[in-house]
Amino acid sequence: MIVADKKPIEEIIEEIKDDEKILILGCNECVTVCEAGGKKEVGILASALRMYFLNQRKEVKIDEKTLERQCDHEYLEEIRDVMDQYDAVVSLACGVGVQFMAEKYQSTPVYPGVNTCFLGVTEERGLWTERCQACGQCILARTGGICPVSRCAKRVLNGPCGGSTKGKCEIHNEIDCAWQLIVDRLKALDRLDDYENLIPLKDWSSDRAGGPRKVVREDVQQ
Amino acid sequence: MKVKTLSKLEKILAAGHLAVTSECGPPRGSDPEVITKKAEMIKDHVDAINITDNQTSVTRMCSLAACIRLKLMGLEPVLQMVTRDRNRIALQSDILGAASYDIHNILCLSGDHQSFGDCAQGQNVHDLDSMQLIQAVRHMRDEGKFLGGGDIERPPNMFVGAAANPFADPFEIRVPRLAKKIAAGVEFIQTQCIYNMDKFELWLKMAGDRGLLEKVYILAGVTPFKTAGMAKYMKNRVPGMEVPDELIKRMADTPKEKQPEEGIKICIEQIQRLKEVEGVHGFHVMAIEWEEMVPEIVEKSGLYPRPSVD
Repeated sequence: MIVADKKPIEEIIEEIKDDEKILILGCNECVTVCEAGGKKEVGILASALRMYFLNQRKEVKIDEKTLERQCDHEYLEEIRDVMDQYDAVVSLACGVGVQFMAEKYQSTPVYPGVNTCFLGVTEERGLWTERCQACGQCILARTGGICPVSRCAKRVLNGPCGGSTKGKCEIHNEIDCAWQLIVDRLKALDRLDDYENLIPLKDWSSDRAGGPRKVVREDVQQ
Repeated sequence: MKVKTLSKLEKILAAGHLAVTSECGPPRGSDPEVITKKAEMIKDHVDAINITDNQTSVTRMCSLAACIRLKLMGLEPVLQMVTRDRNRIALQSDILGAASYDIHNILCLSGDHQSFGDCAQGQNVHDLDSMQLIQAVRHMRDEGKFLGGGDIERPPNMFVGAAANPFADPFEIRVPRLAKKIAAGVEFIQTQCIYNMDKFELWLKMAGDRGLLEKVYILAGVTPFKTAGMAKYMKNRVPGMEVPDELIKRMADTPKEKQPEEGIKICIEQIQRLKEVEGVHGFHVMAIEWEEMVPEIVEKSGLYPRPSVD
C-alpha cells in the first residue's frame, strides 16, 4: 500500500487560516490502513482545527467526509454537488488523491493533509516500512524476493557495499542491510550460487528517470 | 598476467614487484598546492597516488582535477570514482576527460552514503553500482564503445581497479563478491584498511582456493593509527572496519606522546607480515591526513627504493 504520515497541524493551519468553510476529506484505502488519513484521522484533525479556530475567536465551518477512494473518478464525483460550499479542501489522501482532486475541481484549493512516504507494509501496528519504489521493471526474481532498489540506501544491484555490518546498513544500525537479507534468503532457498550472477546495468527509463509514467491496457479498455 | 594498458602501476605489478600506492585527499577549497604539496611528500616512495572522490561524502575539490595536477607533475594518479554522484553520462564523460590527460588507472567505487557528509539532504544517483562501473570502463576500453553503443574515438586506456572489504558482512560472500568483481572485469584490488591480519589471511586463502589470486592483483590496505582515540574511532564508528582489541590496547597502553610512533610501528609490522603472504601483490598505504609519514613507512618496511619500469 501507499504509506503516508500525518502532516504537522501547524503546516495545515498555515494553508487554511484565512478560509471560513473547509472540508476535511479522508480516504478509505491505504491511508486508512496506515492510520494517517481515514475517517478516524479526519475526525481528529477536524476537532483540532475547530479548537484552534475557537481559540482564535474565528467562526469557521469545518465539515468531515471520507470517500471510498480519492484516486478514482467514480468516488470523487460524490462530492461534486457540495464542492462549491467550501473555500478549501484538506485532503488526507496520498499525493495521488490530492492531485486527482485538484485536477477535477479546478476552482477550489486542495491542500495535502499528509506526507506521502512510500510503498510499504505494516510490520506491526504503528510501524510501516518500505518495500517498493515502483521502478517499473521488477527484478525480485533475481534477488531472492528482496528488493535492493527500495531497501538498499544506495540501491546497489550487486551488493552488499563495504558498509554492511552485522546485518545492518552503514547509514543506520536499525536498518537492515538489504543484501544481507538477500544472501540469507538465497541461502534458505539453497540458491546461494546465484549470488555470483552479475545483475546488468538497469534500464531506469521505466523508473522516475523516464518522466511521468503510464500503463495502457487496451485489453481492459472499453 | 599480461600487460593490457599503459598504466605504470600495471607494469610494476606485472613485472612481479610489490607495488606501493598511497592516497591524497583533495582540499575543501581550490588551492592546488594542497595536492601538489602532499604529492611532493610521497612521490618518490610510491608507484601511484589515489585521489579520493569526495570521501565520506564531504564536498571537496574533484578527483579528476586533482589527478590532472598529479599528471602535470609527471606522477601516476589513480582516479577514484564513485557512482553516488554521477549518472552513466557523467561517469563516461569524466572517464574520457581523464583519458584525455592519459590518466591510466581508475578505482571504481559506490561511495559512502551522502548522509555521512556535508550535504545529507542531497540526492544520490547510483545509476550504476561499483561492479557495473567496472564493466562500463572495461567496455569503453576493450570494445572502444560507449554504453549507448557508439564508437569512442581514442578510447580510455585504463587499468581497472576496485575496493574490497574482507571485513564487511556477511563474511561468507566476501570471496564470492571478489569473484564477482573479477567476472565484471576488475584487474586490481585495493583493500579496506586491514587490522585483523588473521581474518585477512583467511580471506586470501579462501580466494586462493578458488583460483582467484591468479586473476587479480591485490594491494593490501594499511592505515597507521595516529592516536589511541583514532583506533577506537575506527573500530566503533567506521562502517565495515574491524580493529582487534589487542591493537586498541597496545595503542592505549602507550603514553600519549609516543602513540604516533607506536602507530607507525604497528603499520610497518603489518606490512612485514603481509609481504610474505601469497596473493599480496603490494600495499595501499592510506595515511589519512598524515601523508608525511608515508616515506618512513615505505622505507622501514623494506619497500624502498621503488622499481622503475619502461
